[in-house]
Amino acid sequence: MFDGRVLLKQVILLFWPLISTWVQGAEKIDSCQLQVLEMLSSLGSAGGKSAKPSFVSYVTPEEIKSEKEPSRKEKHPDLLPGEVVFCSASTVLKYTQDDLSQRGVFGVLLCTNFRVSFVSDEEPTEEMLFKNKLYGENDIPLSCVDNIYGDKRKLITGGLVKNKYPSKMIIHCKDLRVFQFSLSFSKEEDAKKIFQGIVHHCLEPKSLRCLFAFSYCENTSYPGSYTVENTSYPGSYSYCREHLVSRLPQYFIVPKNVSDEDLTKYQGKGLPVCVGFYLSLAHNHLYSVKTEDLSDTLPTVQDILLSYNKFKQFFLIDNTTEFWMSDMKWFSSLDNCGWLDIIRQCLQKAVEVVESLEKENTNVLIMEEGGSDLCCVVSSLVQLMLDPYYRTLLGFQSLVQKEWVAGGHAFLDRSNHLHLKDKVESPVFLLFLECVWQLQQQHGPAFQFSETYLTVLSDSVHVPVFTTFLFNNDGHRDSLLRAESPHTQRSPLNCPTVWDWSVQFDCKAQDLFTNPLYTEKPKQDTSVRKSYRPRHLRQLSLPSSAFKTPPKKGFFKDEADNLKKILGVKRLSRWMLSPSSDSPQTSSSVREFYEAWQTKPLDYHGLLLPCLDGPSIRVWMQRYLRWIHDVQILGGGPVAMLSKVSEILGEVQELQRQLDRHGCTLTSNHKGARPRAKTAAAVIAARSSVRLSSSFPFVTSRNWAFKPAIPTSLLQSLMVTGMPGNLADREDDGGPESLV
Amino acid sequence: MGANVRKRARHGYVTPLLWPSIGYFEFNVMTCLNLLTAKDVTYICPYIGALRGTLTVTNYRLFFKCMDREPAFVLDLPLGVVSRVEKIGGASSRGEVSYGLACKDIRNLRFAHKQMEDSLRKSIFEILMKCAFPVSNGLTIFAFEYGQVYPENGWKVYDAQAEYKRQGLPNESWRITKVNDHYELCDTYPSTLVVPVNIPDEELKRVAAFRAKGRIPVLSWIHPESQATVIRCSQPMVGVNGKRSKDDEKYLQTIMDANAQSHKLFIFDARPSVNAAANKMKGGGYESEDAYQNAELVFLDIHNIHVMRESLRKLKEVVYPNIEESHWFSNLESTHWLEHIKLILAGALRIADKVESGKTSVVVHCSDGWDRTAQLASLAMVMLDGHYRTIRGFQVLLEKEWLSFGHRFQLRIGHGDKNHTDADRSPVFLQFIDCVWQMTRQFPAAFEFNEYFLITILDHLYSCLFGTFMCNSEQQRVKEKTVSLWAYINSQPEEFTNPLYVNYSNHVLFPVVSMRHLELWVGYYIRWNPRMRPQEPVHQRYKELLAKRAELQKRVEELQREVTNRSASSSSERAGSPTRSITPVQTFV
Repeated sequence: MFDGRVLLKQVILLFWPLISTWVQGAEKIDSCQLQVLEMLSSLGSAGGKSAKPSFVSYVTPEEIKSEKEPSRKEKHPDLLPGEVVFCSASTVLKYTQDDLSQRGVFGVLLCTNFRVSFVSDEEPTEEMLFKNKLYGENDIPLSCVDNIYGDKRKLITGGLVKNKYPSKMIIHCKDLRVFQFSLSFSKEEDAKKIFQGIVHHCLEPKSLRCLFAFSYCENTSYPGSYTVENTSYPGSYSYCREHLVSRLPQYFIVPKNVSDEDLTKYQGKGLPVCVGFYLSLAHNHLYSVKTEDLSDTLPTVQDILLSYNKFKQFFLIDNTTEFWMSDMKWFSSLDNCGWLDIIRQCLQKAVEVVESLEKENTNVLIMEEGGSDLCCVVSSLVQLMLDPYYRTLLGFQSLVQKEWVAGGHAFLDRSNHLHLKDKVESPVFLLFLECVWQLQQQHGPAFQFSETYLTVLSDSVHVPVFTTFLFNNDGHRDSLLRAESPHTQRSPLNCPTVWDWSVQFDCKAQDLFTNPLYTEKPKQDTSVRKSYRPRHLRQLSLPSSAFKTPPKKGFFKDEADNLKKILGVKRLSRWMLSPSSDSPQTSSSVREFYEAWQTKPLDYHGLLLPCLDGPSIRVWMQRYLRWIHDVQILGGGPVAMLSKVSEILGEVQELQRQLDRHGCTLTSNHKGARPRAKTAAAVIAARSSVRLSSSFPFVTSRNWAFKPAIPTSLLQSLMVTGMPGNLADREDDGGPESLV
Repeated sequence: MGANVRKRARHGYVTPLLWPSIGYFEFNVMTCLNLLTAKDVTYICPYIGALRGTLTVTNYRLFFKCMDREPAFVLDLPLGVVSRVEKIGGASSRGEVSYGLACKDIRNLRFAHKQMEDSLRKSIFEILMKCAFPVSNGLTIFAFEYGQVYPENGWKVYDAQAEYKRQGLPNESWRITKVNDHYELCDTYPSTLVVPVNIPDEELKRVAAFRAKGRIPVLSWIHPESQATVIRCSQPMVGVNGKRSKDDEKYLQTIMDANAQSHKLFIFDARPSVNAAANKMKGGGYESEDAYQNAELVFLDIHNIHVMRESLRKLKEVVYPNIEESHWFSNLESTHWLEHIKLILAGALRIADKVESGKTSVVVHCSDGWDRTAQLASLAMVMLDGHYRTIRGFQVLLEKEWLSFGHRFQLRIGHGDKNHTDADRSPVFLQFIDCVWQMTRQFPAAFEFNEYFLITILDHLYSCLFGTFMCNSEQQRVKEKTVSLWAYINSQPEEFTNPLYVNYSNHVLFPVVSMRHLELWVGYYIRWNPRMRPQEPVHQRYKELLAKRAELQKRVEELQREVTNRSASSSSERAGSPTRSITPVQTFV
C-alpha cells in the first residue's frame, strides 16, 4: 500500500532548504509559513488518513523561525553555578517515547559539564509539580547516563572512530528514563560534535576533578556541611580519634579493653567496629560472638551487578510492541534475572542476624571481603528492623550516613562515575534501598518516609553534586575536599549533602517525602519501651580476611585470635563451619522466628520482620514503571489512596483546630490517627486525583490522551499447546467425548 | 462483634485472618441438625501439624475444635465447600485411618483417627459423603432449609425495571419487551429484556431461531450521553454452509442505527478465532463481515471453561499448602492463571474503550453467551458505570448479568454434587471476581466495597447457605424459599465498605492490563497460609482515621450548637461569628 507519511517526510526534507530561503527576507513570516504549511498539508491529506498528526510535528512555525534567527540557536537551559556548555546542536528531534509513529519535538541538544540537556523549541505548557531544581525532565546528569545506543541499537562504547555519528541516538539513564534523539536533521558538523561530546563525557574515563560537584561548589557559597550525629555511648566503650586507617571513619567504637595500640595492628586490614548497639545494663556480659561471613552466603557484588543489569532491561522501554511482547513472559523473566531473589537473600540474612541477637542473645560479627558492601546492607537492615528511630526521616538519614558514608562504602567505585575499567561497579546501595522498600511495603505505618523519598534517594546517587555519594570513604572525602579547596588549607571545599533536599526540591515537593499514615510514637510509652528493649545487641562488621587464616600471612592469624579473645568468642557458628547458607535448616529456623514474631501483637515501634515468601517480595513499581506510558494507571495507583488519606487528615486537622479554638482538647488519645503537621495534602488536594496517575509524582499526565493502552500482542504465546487432552479445543458444554 | 471476630480470626488457623469468614455469624441453629460428634479425631494441619480434637458434622457444616492449644483451634467449614471426600490408604500399622477433603476454596483438609471401632470410621466417612453431596443423595441443599430472618429482603435488591429506568430506558430507540415473560422465547434469559423499538416481538422469535439456545442480542447497558450500547447474545447458528438470517442481520443493523454517533458496530467474539471456526462444525460460528454490513468482528482469544479449570487446578498446586520460594514467579506463570485474567480484562477494556472513546455500540458473545460473555459484559460495565462500583450497584450487576442472564452456577460450581470430575465445572465466576479485585488494586479509591466483600461473595458461592448462587437460570431459581446473600451483606454494610471510597461517579476506569500490574490475589488464594497474613490490615488504619474524623466532627457540631444556643440566649448581636462558618466535610472529590 502506498504510504502517504513516508512521502510527506521526504517532501519536507527535500524542500527544507527551499523553505528556509523563502522565509528568509520575507517580511511576513507567519503568512508565508501558513502558505507553505497549507500546501504541504494538502499534499499529505491526499496520501492517507494518518498523515495529519505526523505532519504537524515535523514542521512547526517555531522551527522555521529558529532556522531564521540564529540567536535562538543559543538557547540553553538555566545553567547552574559553575556549569559550562561544551557543545550543542540545534534541530535535534527528540522522539516522543510513548509513540511508535516516530513523532517528536525539535530542539537544541547540549552537553555541559553537568548534564546532557534537550531544550525544546516549544514552550513548556505546564509547570511540573515535582520539579527537580538541578535538572529538568529533559536533562540527564552525566553520571546518570547508563548506556548509549546508535543505529540498529548498537551499543556505543568510548573511543570510537572519528567523523562517524549515528542518525539516531538512544540514551538509557540510570534512573530508567529512555531518550531517543534523531541527529539527521542537524548540521553534520554540529551532530558530529554533540555526539562525540556526549560519548566522551558520559562514557570515557575521567578524573574525579572533572565531576561537576567541584566546579559547582567552587561557585556556590554553600552554608555549612552535614555533621555526623554524635550519640553518646556508655563509658565502657572508648572513642578512637586517630586516623588509623584511611578507610575508617574519624570516630568509631571499639570495646574499652581494646587499646589504641592494639588497633594500629590492623592498619590496612580492616577491623571490627561496633556499628550499632543499644543501651544495656549489663554490657560486660559478652557471652559469645557468632560470626557471619557474608562472602560465603550472599551473592558477590559482581552477581548483584549482573542480576540488576538483566532486571533493569525490563523497564528500559523504547518500543511499545516489544514491551507488550515481553509482557507475556514477565513473571518467568523476573525469576530468571534473580534480582528479587537477591533482595530476599539480603533480607533473610538480616533476619538471621536479628534472630541471633534477639533470641539467642549472642553478638554477631558480620564479615565480608572488604567489609563495606553487603556488610553495609545487612547491618543497616538489621538496625532498621530493630530500632524504630531508623524508620524516621532523620533516623534513616543518620543510618545511611553512619553505615554507608562513614562506614566506608565505596560509592565512587560502585557507581563508577569515572568509568574506570579496574573498578567494580555494582548497585549495592540501590539493593539496600530495595530491601527497605520491601519492608516499607509490608509495614507502611512504621515508616515516617514515603516510597517517593526512597525513589528520589536512589536517583540522587547519580547526580554528581552531593558529597554523600562521591567518595569511597571519609578519608578520601576529607583529603579531596581539602585539596580542591580554592581557599586556605584550613577550610575544605563545602559541598551540599544529599540530605539538604532544598538543593533539589522546594518545600511543597518535599512534603511528598513523608508518609501520611506514619504512626508516631506514643509519647507516654517512651519509658516503658526502653526496658522492653532487647538486652545487648551488638553488631560488628569486619573484613572476612581478618578471620580467615591466609596461609602466607601467618602473622595475621595471631592478631585475629587475639581479637577473638578480646571479644570473648567462645564458639564459631554453624555458618562459619558450613558455608552453604541455603540449607533448609537455616531457612526453617528463620521461618519459625518469623512465625513466632507474627503471632505477637503488632508494634510499629518494635521489632519489624519482613515476610519472605514468594508473593511478598515485589517489584518496586514506582521506581521502575514510572516512565513507561503504557502502564500508567490514570486516576488510580497508590496516589489515589494517598490523596484520599491526605484529604481526611486535612479534615481531621481542621476539625482539631476548630476544637482548639473553642479551647477544648480532645481527651481520648486516639492511637495512630494523630494527624501530621504537614502532609502531602496541600500538594495533592490542589489537583483532582482523577487526573493523577500511578507514576505520580514523577510524570504529569498533561500529554496524555485519556485512552487505554491496548496490548498489541495478546495471544502470540503458545500457552495452550501441550495441555492434557487438548482442553482448548473442547466444546464448552460437552463431555470429554466431544473433541472438535 | 467486629473486634471479637478479628480476635478470633487472628488465632484460628483455618479461617482467613484478614477477614472474618463463613460460619462466624450466628444463624438459626434450629435448622441445623447435628448429625455426628466424634472425639479424638486428628486434624493434620499442613502448617502446625497434627491437632487432636472433636469433630462435629451437621447438615450444613463441619466443625473441628482442638482444646489443647491456647487459644482453642477451630475449623469451621460449610460442607458446600467440599468437592471431594476420599479415604487415604487403608488402616495403617498404628491403627490410624485417614481421609481427605478437597475443597473448592483452594485448600485440602486431612483428618485421621484411631480405628477403635470400624463402624465409627465408616460413619464419619459416610456421613460426610452424604451431607456434603445432598444432590447426589436425594437430599435438599441446606440453602432451602435455612430460615434466618434479616432486616432486609435481599431478593428485592434487583428490580430489572428499576435498573433499566436508571439507565434511562425505555427511550425512543429501545423498548422493554415482555415476550419472554414465561421464558418461552429463551428459557435461560430473564423475563425482562430490552430490544430495539422497531423490532416487533414476532421478529424477535425469528432472530431467536438463528441464535444458539435462543439467546438473542439484547441490551445490557447504554451510555448516558452517546447512546452507545453494550449488547450481549450467543453465537449465530451459521454452520459449515454459512447460513444467513435476514432477520438477524436487520436486527444488528437496527442496533447500530439506534446509536446516531457511529456508523459502525463492533462484534466482540470472546473466543479464539480457531475455536469460533471450529464451532461451525456443530452448527455455530460467527458473523461474517459480508453478511453484516458495517460490522467489524474482533476475536478476544479467551479460552474455554476447560482450560480455565485446568489453570485453577495448577494454581492450587502452586499455592497450597506451601509456596516454593525460589521459583515462585515461574511457577505462577506456568499456571497461566494471570494470563487468563489479563485476556479477560483486556477484552473488557477493548469493549469499554469502543463504547466510551469510540462512541460505538458493541455486541459481545461467545458460544452460548453465559460464561465469557457474562465476564466481559459485566467487567466493561464496571469500567464504564460508577454505579456498579458501589455495594448495591455491584449486587445489581451480579443479579442482572450473571443470575438473570443464566450463568449456570449449579453446573459450574456443582453444588452438592459428588461428581467432582464433571467437565461442566469451571471457575468462570471466580475469574470475574478476580478481575474486579485487580481493578480495585489499581483504583483503590474507586470502589465502595472492600476486599472482604469480594471474598464473602466467593465464600458463599460455595457455602450453599444462601439461595443467590443456586440453580442455573432465573426460571429455575425459586427465590421465596431461600435467603439472598444480599440480605446478609446489607445487614452490616460497614463491614464491607472501603473507607477510602471516593465517588467519582462519571469517571470511566481503564485498568492497565499489563502483567506488570496484575498480581495474584494473595488474600484469597493463599489465605490459608498463616505466613501470608498481614498482622494488621491497612484498612484498619483507614477505619481508625475515619472514626477519628467522625468523633471530631461530632464534637465540633456539639460545640456549634452550644455556641449558637449561648449566643441566642445572651441575645448578643454578634450573629455572624466566625466559628459558624464551618466548611462542610467533603466526602466526595
